[in-house]
Amino acid sequence: MIAIIDYGVGNLFSLTSSLACLGLESRVTGRPEEIEAADRIILPGVGAFGDAMEKLEETGLVPFIRSQAEKKPLLGICLGMQLLFEKSCEYGEHKGLGFVKGEIASLAEDLPDKTLKVPHIGWNALRIRRQDPLFRYIRDGEYAYYVHSFYGKNCAESTLADSEYGLPVTGVVRSGLVWGTQFHPEKSGDTGLRILKAFGEL
Amino acid sequence: MITKRIIPCLDVKNGRVVKGTNFEGLRDMADPVEMARYYNAAGADELVFYDITASAEGRTLFTDILTRVAREIFIPLTVGGGINTLEDFDRVLKCGADKVSVNSGAIRNPGLIPAAAQKYGDQCVVLSTDVKRVDGRFMVFAKGGRENTGMDALDWIEQGVKNGAGELVINSIDTDGVKDGFDLELLDAVAARVSVPIIASGGAGKKEDFAELFRHKGMDAGLAASIFHTRQVEIRPLKEYLRSCGIEMRL
Repeated sequence: MIAIIDYGVGNLFSLTSSLACLGLESRVTGRPEEIEAADRIILPGVGAFGDAMEKLEETGLVPFIRSQAEKKPLLGICLGMQLLFEKSCEYGEHKGLGFVKGEIASLAEDLPDKTLKVPHIGWNALRIRRQDPLFRYIRDGEYAYYVHSFYGKNCAESTLADSEYGLPVTGVVRSGLVWGTQFHPEKSGDTGLRILKAFGEL
Repeated sequence: MITKRIIPCLDVKNGRVVKGTNFEGLRDMADPVEMARYYNAAGADELVFYDITASAEGRTLFTDILTRVAREIFIPLTVGGGINTLEDFDRVLKCGADKVSVNSGAIRNPGLIPAAAQKYGDQCVVLSTDVKRVDGRFMVFAKGGRENTGMDALDWIEQGVKNGAGELVINSIDTDGVKDGFDLELLDAVAARVSVPIIASGGAGKKEDFAELFRHKGMDAGLAASIFHTRQVEIRPLKEYLRSCGIEMRL
């Protein structure tokens, strides 16, 4: 069973439908005993970093999630991936969970080509930088669906894949049993389903 | 780099997909769930569902269809039609929509876009505008293109983006259903004013029309309905053709 952490952030319809379509049982939950019983964890999220981190802290689950992530695979999606980093500069500086070394920065500020639109919305090709079991069912160059205005940087040692958008946008990170995707696998068609399938087998 | 997007649009009335010409003469075409499945398999980059039903019964039916579509389609889904309040946003997002398109609701209530952007994020709010030339000026039309609001379209769109619309659907009433190409004059004028993604709508008749669209700066996606529904233009061959023209496409 996959525990999808419930902290009042984001629309989980597509994610639960994707997992169901793959035959993977999931439960949206904020209860420690259910997360404990799960064999893997997904940390979802949309919205602003500071607000989401605050809501996650309010659940009181953070220390528990930290200890769980040493025992079973955890996947952060979109803002859920960003929360894995040490910090973010989205509307002031905020501390993250710190699983992944690096920070979340503004795409608009860092893009050398100011004619590129922000948010980075749409399908972009994944460049696999380091092979990983998460990529078991996908090939280099497959497309994933992104929607975001901030991105992970200074995280080369954890980066498994990126996508080009005027600069290399961090697409997938990993540190130990913790993975994160900036794009939405649950919105990335077949490619995304195959990534979730691989996560279900990690 | 990011790909250009091809987006089929499904106008749903009383639970069935319909499509007219110049907003009139609707005719029944097909079951929306079947069509969504077909487009997902054919390589569409996104789907747009417009609920053009007026009755409450029709709306419940639409919500039900939307849930069924969203359960099995894993590409972005934009839903519009009858979106007047934050509760309407909530209703369609809960059924699996990823983005919500506002049109007349934003005209009637100027506070809708800022409130929705604040609550759900800019990326969730799509401003759809029906535009028609009146005495050489681009004007905003409401009520499915029947009523001139008297508002300048370019000013309206620019203000909508300032208020938090993260994406635009620009629908030209002048070229809608004519199948002689997108309204590039209008689209260029919009692109000169805003920097959010633009989805061009109205006028596509053949694959060359999409190639021409994407040669214009600032165009992110091409939307069409009947030419895709009738398979006059098929999604995959269209995308292969566009890629052969040097346009980045997800295949």
